[in-house]
Order: sequence, then structure tokens, then C-alpha cells
Amino acid sequence: MAGIPHDHYEPKPGFQTWLHTRLPIVGLAYDTLTFPTPKNLNWMWIWGIVLTFCLALQIITGIVLVMHYTPHVDMAFASIEHIMRNVNGGHMIRYLHMNGASLFFFAVYLHIFRGLYYGSYKAPREVTWIIGIVIYILMMATAFMGYVLPWGQMSFWGATVITGLFGAIPGVGPVIQEWLLGGPAVDNATLNRFFSLHYLLPFVIAALVAVHIWAFHTTGNNNPTGVDVRRGSKEEAAKDTVPFWPYYVVKDLVALALILVIFFAVVGFMPNYLGHPDNYIEANALATPAHIVPEWYFLPFYAILRAFTADVWVVIAVEWLTFGIVDAKFFGVLAMFGAIAVMAIVPWLDTSSVRSGRYRPKFKAWFSLLVIDFVVLMWVGAMPAEEPYATISLIASAYWFAYFLVILPLLGVLEKPLPIPVTIEEDFNAHYPGAAE
Amino acid sequence: MFRKIAISAVSALVLSSGAAMAAGGATYTEDVDFSFEGPFGTYDQLQLQRGLQVFTEVCSGCHGLKYVPIRTLADEGGPHLPADQVRAYATNFSVIDKETGEEREAKDSDNFPANTGAGAPDLSMMAKARAGFSGPYGTGMNQLFRGMGGAEHTYSILTGYTGEEKEEAGTVFYENHAFAGGWISMPPPLSDDQVTYADGTPATLSQMSEDVAAFLMWAAEPHMMARKQTGFVAVVVLVLLTSLLYLTNKRLWAGVKGNKHA
Repeated sequence: MAGIPHDHYEPKPGFQTWLHTRLPIVGLAYDTLTFPTPKNLNWMWIWGIVLTFCLALQIITGIVLVMHYTPHVDMAFASIEHIMRNVNGGHMIRYLHMNGASLFFFAVYLHIFRGLYYGSYKAPREVTWIIGIVIYILMMATAFMGYVLPWGQMSFWGATVITGLFGAIPGVGPVIQEWLLGGPAVDNATLNRFFSLHYLLPFVIAALVAVHIWAFHTTGNNNPTGVDVRRGSKEEAAKDTVPFWPYYVVKDLVALALILVIFFAVVGFMPNYLGHPDNYIEANALATPAHIVPEWYFLPFYAILRAFTADVWVVIAVEWLTFGIVDAKFFGVLAMFGAIAVMAIVPWLDTSSVRSGRYRPKFKAWFSLLVIDFVVLMWVGAMPAEEPYATISLIASAYWFAYFLVILPLLGVLEKPLPIPVTIEEDFNAHYPGAAE
Repeated sequence: MFRKIAISAVSALVLSSGAAMAAGGATYTEDVDFSFEGPFGTYDQLQLQRGLQVFTEVCSGCHGLKYVPIRTLADEGGPHLPADQVRAYATNFSVIDKETGEEREAKDSDNFPANTGAGAPDLSMMAKARAGFSGPYGTGMNQLFRGMGGAEHTYSILTGYTGEEKEEAGTVFYENHAFAGGWISMPPPLSDDQVTYADGTPATLSQMSEDVAAFLMWAAEPHMMARKQTGFVAVVVLVLLTSLLYLTNKRLWAGVKGNKHA
């Protein structure tokens, strides 16, 4: 099998060999734990473990919550209060689950931006990247449907607004929307199918995480230099790598423990900080909240959705060219999904032969701007749809697309990269002179 | 590079959620220094008992508390009334029995009855369903030290009447700057000495408003003290664990990095 050469599991005679010839499960665990990992990984490589922890946390707390939750429009809200008041430790489990979603997205955004900076998406890791984007999309779907389950005001109206996006598709939109909702409006059928899918999707994500890990265990991890691990022999590979256990297991645990300090401080001392007060009011189809605001992790894409209003020239042009089929509302929906789609195809948009942003001076500047852009989009996403926020969100949305569709393809041609180290070992020894001895 | 990104991501998170809260409506909320604010804040048991008295004698006339089980009045970290007193208190209310469908005297195992007299909203989660503050600078970070202003919102409503009235379509509205829109249909519910406190505390408008606001905060978040304690223990244990793991990691990598004195 392809991969970085390293020692494999050698079963001892007797039971070990008996089992290994029938099911090489110990060998799989051994190879996974001893996997040769570039020894120069920095602290931005810890988010994978944090994300794995989040998935486990959400599944475990979620399974307990389901034992006490009732998916019915008349009882859902009350069953949440039952969890908060009567179930032993229920308030803690629910607050962990609520804030766990925020930690999950916080980590995934840093994980994605790490990949974008160090070129982790480039050949041969395109498949790892695309699976990652699919996981991210499923996370968004899961989080959105989970937010509907407490059946508060923001649950109900968020569901109404987001499913309404599908209604904007020309022609078939209303049919699709009704099919998604299970009726003409958000109601019991919607709540039940969201509950079902909210329980299902995390396990799909778990399976995809396994494939994600399998994929990068075939290509090897990327690293801050973007230089590949040498694969000529075991000895050569060993100069560029350390085994995952114990080196990265312990390092990842340091980071995870520190992040959990902050996480538990939020859960313990201000658990509703990232939530919305309106969701403590039971859903009421007759009273629309003054401002329907999505959870913070959706805000950048929500801003892109709202940015393209009917008076923007691009929208006017597209509407004219498509004979009115693509109106402003549908354009916004396309832009929102497009903003994620351009991330998915970034392996083929980035034309630079150098993988890591560390050796790309011009790229660094544009990338920094992208990070600022993301933060600005998050901020305007929470603001009312009025000036000056409308203009700001339009400019910020335009930059998001320009970065992926114009700047990255051009930079590969126009930019003169700095010299890259020949090996990971060389880069590592330059940082740690003692290591060369 | 990534340190900068991490900082900006954190500030984005902070800014956007604060802003989301600010979107709730620009009304006047007076800050009250409640005992339960901050990471170490606790409920004042006597205040909760006084607040319960105000709720029972005044608010419960129109408002329900339908998600709150009556027995929790005996809980530690709450009003902590003696169990027999709670059982006696329950008989003040009547509920519809779930099995027989008939009205009967409430027991301590029942919830407070629902009451929507005159269209009054249920108060079970009122202190969490309104946010009074979003500062400083819209970040909402003051939640950590001052709470999110839900109890302050209640206090400000109760003390915020200007005395002006107007009649629209047969309904009388009372001017109140703490209420979104400035006009509220609830007549001023409290006036000085409306209740007589058993512990001798002077029943001023401000005192009663504070007490009932604190009581409603407890009603909305009955396990707050247990939660903060869990959070504190978790933070201490995790700080210790982080330190030990950090040292382990340093020692472990010393060989790889060639640090001789690690």
C-alpha cells in the first residue's frame, strides 16, 4: 500500500496471530497510532483533535438529551424545560450541547483557514479537502436542524427563513420547500423530520471523518513548509517525522485541555452568551420576532445571502440575461451556496506550484484580507439590513468570491515565491539547532 | 500569522453575538447590583423568599409560572423553604388534574398553574427571554460579570412607569420606557408597602421590584448555583491538567528538539 514507510504491527505467535489472520484490527490501531507525522507541525494542527472531541461530545450529550426530549410541537418546548429543571444534571448536559455546537464551529473555521493558508487542499490532498467541505456542510445542516428542536421563537422563525431559501428556486422551489417541510408551513411534520435527521447526520459525519483521516493517512499530513515527507526508505522518512503516539497525542491533549478551560468557563458562567433570548419564548406562528438572527457561525454566509439585493447591478444584469428566472432572492441563495462551493473547488483554483503560504509573500497579504473579510461578514451578518451595512456586506461578499475566483488563479502566475526548504528535517533543524546533533 | 487570525476570530465571535443581542430593541434598562451576578454570584435565599411573596400576592393574579414545579421552592440554591411549608403553599393554587381532567387543589408535585389572565405572558423564563445589556461596545461580554440584564429588565419595567396613560381601541396603555415601544398594557402593578414582608424589610417599590426580579431569575435558571460550581471545579481541574500536560509535552519533545535542559 502506498504511504509513508514505517514499522507495522507484528503479531506474536498464538492468540495475536490467530486474531490478526482473521481480523487485523490491532494492526489497524497500531498503524494509526504510530503513523509517521511531520515533526514540524505547529499549534494550528491541533484543531482536528478538538473537532473529533466536539463530535464525540455532541453525540454523547445528544443521546442523553434525546432520552428526555419530546419531538412534538405541543411538547418540545416543555420537554426542554423538563430537561433544564427536573432531569439530574440535565441543565449541564443541555448547556454543554448548546455551547458544544459553538466550539465545534469555532474549531472548524480555524481548521479550514489553516488548510487555506498552508495549501493543505493542494495535490495530492484534494479528496481529503472535499470530504472536509462535505463534513462542514453536514455540520451546518445538523446545527441548523438542532437549533429548531427546542421550538423557541428563533427555532421556528429560523426554520421558516432558511427553508424559504429553497422556495426561491425558480419553478420547482415551492414544491421543494413543501417537500422539505412536510407541509405548507413549519409545523409538526417539520419538527419530526428535523429531529430524525439531526440524530442521523452526526453518524454520517463520523463515518466521513473516518474517511477524511484515511485519506490523509494515505497522502501523509501536510505541514507548515508544505514540503512532502521523504519516502525513499523507513530511515529517511523517520528523519522528517515522529510517530503520532506519543508526540502528537500529548501535544493535542495540551491544546484540548486549554481550550476546554475556556469552554467550561463559558458553559459554567455564561451559558446563554452565544444564544438568543428569543429562543426562551415558545414558538408562535403569529408573532414574528423583531430581528431574526441566525447563530453566530452562520452569519458570514447569511451576510452573503442578504448582500445581493435587487438594486445591485450584477443582480440586475443576471436577471435580465436569464429573462427574470434568476431574481434577486434566488441570486442571493446561489451566492450563499456558491460561497461554500468556491471553497470546495479551491484545489483547482490555486495555480501556485508552492503549497505553503509561508513562502508566498503576496499570497500572505491577500489571505490576511480574506480572514478580515470573513470577520467583517460575520459582523454585518448580525446587523440589520440597512445602510451602511448593506454596502459593507456587498463589498465583503465580492472580495470572498474575488479571492477564490480571481486572486488565487492569478497569484500563481504573477507571484515569485521565496525559496522553500528541501526537506522537513532541514526546516526543523533550522528552528531547533540542537536537533541536528 | 495565525495568532492574529485567532484573535480576530475570537473578536468576531464576541462582536457578532453581542450585536445580535443589541438587535433586541433599544429600551432603557437600569443596572441593578444583583447578588447572583458574576462567576461567583449566588442567589440571596431571603430575597428569593421575599420575591416569591411578591409574585404570589401580586403577579400571580395575572401571570403564570407554568414550567416551574412548586416543589423546587424547597430546593437548595433556591428559596429553600421547608418542605411542609411548600406543601402548604401549594394549596393556594388549583390545577386541572391530568388524569381525571377535573380541577383540584395543587400539590407540591404540580407545576405552578398557567395563567394568561388579561393576556399576561408566562413568567417562567422571562428573565432569560429578555436581554437588558449588550455592552461594552456591543460585545455582550458584561454577561460574565453583570448577567445579561434579564432581571434588570424586569426591575426596570416595574419601576419604569412615568404615570402617563393613553387609550387606544378600548385598551389603556401606560407609558414605560423600559418596555419596547414605550407603552405597556400592564397597569403599574406595585406601589410602596403593597406587601408586608415577614422579615421586616421595608416594602418600597424598588425593594419589591428587585426581590421579584431576583425570584424570576431563579425561576428561569433554578440550577444556576450548581452550574457555576460545576464550571468552577471544571476550570480549576482543567487548568491543573493543562499545566501537567504542558510539562509532559515539553519533556517529551525535548529529545526531538535537542533541548538539553528541558
